[in-house]
Amino acid sequence: MGDKTQIARQFIEAIPHAQELGMVLQSIGDGMAEISMPYDVKLIGDPDTGVIHGGAVSALMDTCCGAAVMCHPDAPGGTATIDLRIEYMRAATPGQTIVTQATCHHISRNVAFVRAVAMDDNRDNVVATATAAFSVEAKF
Amino acid sequence: MSRPRPEPAQVVKQRRDAALAALVASVPYIHFLNINFDRRGDELTGQMNFDQKLIGNPFLPALHGGATAAFLEMTAMMALNWMHVWPMIEAGELDPADMTAGKLPRQPKTIDFTVDYLRSGLPRDAYAQATVARSGRRFASVRVEAWQDHKNRPFAQAVGHFLMPQGEDKRDVKPD
Repeated sequence: MGDKTQIARQFIEAIPHAQELGMVLQSIGDGMAEISMPYDVKLIGDPDTGVIHGGAVSALMDTCCGAAVMCHPDAPGGTATIDLRIEYMRAATPGQTIVTQATCHHISRNVAFVRAVAMDDNRDNVVATATAAFSVEAKF
Repeated sequence: MSRPRPEPAQVVKQRRDAALAALVASVPYIHFLNINFDRRGDELTGQMNFDQKLIGNPFLPALHGGATAAFLEMTAMMALNWMHVWPMIEAGELDPADMTAGKLPRQPKTIDFTVDYLRSGLPRDAYAQATVARSGRRFASVRVEAWQDHKNRPFAQAVGHFLMPQGEDKRDVKPD
């Protein structure tokens, strides 16, 4: 299992788009993952407020959900997103790092189900939540 | 009574293109993803120009689901904003020169966004078009579809709900 987590970690850390967005894998293992993404002006979606674009949060959520699937004890290999739904509760505070936590709460032979949350420095009031379905692939 | 003489084509085109360019230029994340918008009348088509940094699976290789989601959300939001701004530009209430100078209408905010990944995104340019299914005073619902080689074989589609700009000013244009 430690080996699987190691492979998943290497895979996630090698994703060009995740690197480009400055994502850092904080923890991974046992169907759970935590990834952070520091604030960057290039991610701004609303120039009036400096709030980062929802799309950047989507990329973070998608990566984190995929990581949670790959490190699940019953996952044989890689994964691909089937469906991803994101709810934006509030704007992330400009200047603050966004942290996502994803849990793969169920996995079958073909499909993995994941839930995730995104937070900024105020951990009591989440920024966004995600619900996703991922495919379960035999290999990477 | 005859109808007023239509404006010269280049005047109309210049006004609309300048307004669209101002909207696009105001969002840093559009630059980061290298997205541009092609306009035909009021119809917009987004184009996400391929770059290695958009890759999510280097082994296949395939576009990152997050890049696809962002592209769809951007196109949906731009279509909604454009639909909202178009009558103001045409009525002369919104001057493209002011827009270029940074005086832009407030943007809609995403409430939720659901992406359906139909096939893996290939390492090449992607295109997207959005349809505003309903736009009310408070909420809007927008569908969006993205394709690469064949328009009738989309690789992703999405539906999103947006909160329209709220404010005292009916036209939702922020003050100076």
